[in-house]
Amino acid sequence: MSELLLLVEAKEGLLDKTTLELIRAGSELAKELGIDAAAVVVGNETSPLAESVASYGLKKIYKLEHPLLKGFQPEAWAGALEWLARQITPRIFLISHSFVGKEVAPRLAYRLNTELTTDCLNLRIDPQDGLLIRTKPIYGGNAIAALKCAGLPQMVTVRKNAFEPMEKVATQSDLVDMVPALDESIIKVKSLKTVKEEVVELDKANMVIAAGRGIVAKEDFEMLAALARALSKSQGNVMIGCSRPVVDKGWMSSDRQVGLTGSIIAPDVYIAVGISGAIQHLVGMIRSKKIIAINTDPGCNMFKVADVGVVEDYKTLIPALVKKLEESA
Amino acid sequence: MKEINIIVCAKQIPDPEVPFSNVSVDVEKKEVIVDAPNVISPYDENALEAAIRIKEEMGGKITVLSLGRKVSDTVLRKTIAAGADALILIEDPAFERLDSNSVAYVLSCAIRKIGAYDLILTGRQAGDWDSGQVGLLLAELLEIPSISLARSIKIKEDRVLVEKTVPVGYEVVESGLPALVTVSNEVGELRYVSRSKMMGLLKRPMTIPKWGTKDLVDNVERLKKIQLVELSPPPDMRRACLFIEGSTPQEKADKLASFFKELG
Repeated sequence: MSELLLLVEAKEGLLDKTTLELIRAGSELAKELGIDAAAVVVGNETSPLAESVASYGLKKIYKLEHPLLKGFQPEAWAGALEWLARQITPRIFLISHSFVGKEVAPRLAYRLNTELTTDCLNLRIDPQDGLLIRTKPIYGGNAIAALKCAGLPQMVTVRKNAFEPMEKVATQSDLVDMVPALDESIIKVKSLKTVKEEVVELDKANMVIAAGRGIVAKEDFEMLAALARALSKSQGNVMIGCSRPVVDKGWMSSDRQVGLTGSIIAPDVYIAVGISGAIQHLVGMIRSKKIIAINTDPGCNMFKVADVGVVEDYKTLIPALVKKLEESA
Repeated sequence: MKEINIIVCAKQIPDPEVPFSNVSVDVEKKEVIVDAPNVISPYDENALEAAIRIKEEMGGKITVLSLGRKVSDTVLRKTIAAGADALILIEDPAFERLDSNSVAYVLSCAIRKIGAYDLILTGRQAGDWDSGQVGLLLAELLEIPSISLARSIKIKEDRVLVEKTVPVGYEVVESGLPALVTVSNEVGELRYVSRSKMMGLLKRPMTIPKWGTKDLVDNVERLKKIQLVELSPPPDMRRACLFIEGSTPQEKADKLASFFKELG
């Protein structure tokens, strides 16, 4: 009896919203195929998370428990999930395109001898052969590819926000205890320490001021900070973000990076300063309600996707803007 | 430790920084047409930079391996100009449009042919398909440990010490050698290569091996192509931009300030 399986993830100990999105995607596919949808919770103590995911209409929740699964060690998780997949031979395996998903899914796909498609936006079943049709953006989002792969399980990772989160239902899923055969020897990479850093969550901002390659000096970020302070008086939570080149230069940490490999956000207002608008960046901010672009090049792409544009050097415009905002405050 | 042997996998792709207006989709032929020069995939450049820093600190050899369609040595010789020692191109019609497992398989054949190595570095993902799998698959095929999303890499005796980006900050991990590490952009940009240095290098005769199916793959049956069902253009992103005009920067700033006032 083959089923659809999805990997449950937690954020700060609680069920992550991306898992609810996977449940939505998985439930629809399972219904279409007439198979059961199940989920797996991985850890050394899985009960709280398994219980919190049990009220979303899944048939079964596998509790994959082992002392080596404490915290997140990619080799241990891949090993445990490989063991489970061999026990239950799922037909489809869905994983979020998250930090955990990116680490686990490729390793697991190799071990299960199947082809993974990452970062999918949409999934459907081919009525002819029953294979999963996987839709994913390529060339940074300049094209949308729909592809099929042979191999079982049919395996994908799914982009955050691609599906609506599932709502709770009245019934409860069956909880199934599973103890994987795991041995310490599979862990070849040793974790020495994790250093917590202050991490900015740009998706919590009402307004994001983002700096790009056009920013010529590190000191100029003070100008942007002054603008953020001035705007925060009327615009709520204003945060500073950036495009990839700024992180490459070491001027900002990667938690502030907006784009395909950074945060994908949709604030009320997005102010792009000195950002030309490479597609990888646009993917991260195009759903912003209002987009304001400041750039010296009137032909740049950012103006093509902006609602409001100012062709001006930021070094003169921003101090003048801060002055005006402070006067009229 | 002895001098270290590093292999960097670098993919040639059309410049991903190109304006979206230079990219079109041929729906019939299921092809993406990019009007842009070819470059080295940005994260692979970060991987090369990480390799060069290790070599500077402890000596060693860097071999760049590039698999692709019409791989050009003028694009890839930049890796030599920046500090790599050898370049090997892998090209064959049979290697075009391969799925991730097959790409990793061909690379693993090439690496086995090279023989001795201590460290393999790849970018975290390629700038065209953004799959982010080949590095980890390659490590599985070679049966060596893999660490992803490195922001700093150090060799300490016979071990590799990596700071990797994790959601709460960073994690310090280590493994024995040989190992594979995928590199993220926090490592830093590839060092600047001057035009004159690049031109000089292009004039210099250099033997760049080009390997194809017959050199690498016993079992061509194992190579699988991507099965594209359809290819479509993305939803239109364009908006009608209202340009704020003014004779002085202050005038533009004042108008922009009133725009914010209306919002607030």
